[in-house]
Amino acid sequence: MVTWQRAMGVMLAGILAGCGGEAPPAGSASVVHEVGGRKIVLDTSRTRASKNRLFTVTLDSGAEPIALNRIATWTVHVQDAQGRPVENAQIGVEGGMPEHDHGLPTAPRVTAELGGGDYRLEGIRFQMPGWWVVTLHITASDASDTVTFNLML
Amino acid sequence: MKALILASAVLLLAACGSDLHDWDAAQQAAIASLWIGNLGDPPPDPTNPVADDPRAAALGQRLFFDTRFSANGRVACATCHRPDRLFSDAAALGAGIGPTRRHTLSLVGAAWSPWLFWDGRADRLWNQALVPLEDPLEHGATRSQYVHLLARHYRQDYEALFGPLPPLDGIRFPERAGPLGDAQAAAAWRAMSEADRQAVNRAFANLGRSLAAYQRLLRPGPSRFDAYAAALAEGRTADLKTLLTPEEAAGLRLFIGRADCIHCHNGPLLTNNEFHNIGVAEAGGMADAGRGAGVRAVLDYEFNCLGEYSGAAAADCQELAFVKAEGGELQGAFRTPTLRNVADTAPYMHNGRFKTLGEVLAHYRDAPAAAAGKSELTPLDLSDADLAHLEAFLKTLSGPLAVEGRWLEAPPAAPGPDP
Repeated sequence: MVTWQRAMGVMLAGILAGCGGEAPPAGSASVVHEVGGRKIVLDTSRTRASKNRLFTVTLDSGAEPIALNRIATWTVHVQDAQGRPVENAQIGVEGGMPEHDHGLPTAPRVTAELGGGDYRLEGIRFQMPGWWVVTLHITASDASDTVTFNLML
Repeated sequence: MKALILASAVLLLAACGSDLHDWDAAQQAAIASLWIGNLGDPPPDPTNPVADDPRAAALGQRLFFDTRFSANGRVACATCHRPDRLFSDAAALGAGIGPTRRHTLSLVGAAWSPWLFWDGRADRLWNQALVPLEDPLEHGATRSQYVHLLARHYRQDYEALFGPLPPLDGIRFPERAGPLGDAQAAAAWRAMSEADRQAVNRAFANLGRSLAAYQRLLRPGPSRFDAYAAALAEGRTADLKTLLTPEEAAGLRLFIGRADCIHCHNGPLLTNNEFHNIGVAEAGGMADAGRGAGVRAVLDYEFNCLGEYSGAAAADCQELAFVKAEGGELQGAFRTPTLRNVADTAPYMHNGRFKTLGEVLAHYRDAPAAAAGKSELTPLDLSDADLAHLEAFLKTLSGPLAVEGRWLEAPPAAPGPDP
């Protein structure tokens, strides 16, 4: 009996790991999204580690939920692995709808550094409901890394 | 046995009948997102100080119907944007002085769009209005002529709104002069001083601002679908089946679901006002770059939001400042039109290619490849009955405009002497 329960526990843990990767940090969020009949779990957290964990990046989109068809100004906050704000970063923006093979309808850019690791991202708009990704390419002090956010509109 | 089958069929139908008006939370949210009650007023236009001034709307209405504002004295805005046709036109292609290459877009709801025209070559209602005035195939006159016409027929109304017109003496300000006119008019324009050209441009832009103030009043009104959406939102479930037929409700389910029309036809105007290539063929194989050319045109347009005649701060021109100017998806892409009153605005598409909603829906089902650029459509697995249901639903989007009747016809001639 005990063995059976343990087996179930291991299996459940395995399923959970398969869904969400490692244990999600506090304040994270996710949604289950169906793509072509297959269910995937999307991490929709607004604070994410960059791919190589050089930066921790927070996307502040202001009012929630994000409005459709309205151009907006967001704030991007960049920290290094030690939690210190990153100054003088160069940030490139791209994005699109992975399921529909198209990019963003506008060409958003980071237009100002606001201090304290904050940057102003201007000109972002979404014209369709569904799953969007926004990817930031960050370069600071000769280190470059990329972070991708999932957004459900 | 037969009776049993019949009884089962009736039961099944009854079950379907009730299910048709049964929506899950996501579907309810989708339906609410299309409800006209969420539309609100048109966004403010910081580039048009008279945008919501009723005096400007009244002047704009008179200008809108005035055929004197054309090269041959026979073309007004209302010639193609016909009030009895929801400010669109029954012809496949618009025709002013001559035939144009695009279908006339309805003006209803245009005030909400960040881009105007099928290709978005204007970025404000007022600067859109200036383009047909100078197009040789539409109104076909020159900007100098229009300013002289303003002085002759509308001086008092104009000056009350915008201040003095330039001193139109006919020598410094020739009757026919404009950069887009014929060789003679273009030469006359070049011969004017820079300051005088700017004075004409300012008055010409203000003419557009009056027309825009009028067009901002052309708002869609609630349709039968909106009554349904309101009943659903308020939990009046018993009312639902009295508001949409089973066929219409089935069409709505497809619209927000399997047919995914809501992908682009979203929000209370049922449009995202963005540009999409949907592979509509051109007559005679002619190519139309659509947004691919339109985006270059709006960036180069002297009356655009960032130009010297807009009066806006750069921060008011985010759409233009962050416009997507490159990319293959702009080629052959055209602006999504509103579906409000769509059943009453045939023919359809940028070139008026489809005469009926049935033809439009068949096009979406088949998703033919585009001649220019790449179509975003993929074929849809929809039956003929599905298409009929979608068409039935589209017809529930019609409703009377939310405009006082006096704005929907040529205004009475102004009192007093009109020199």
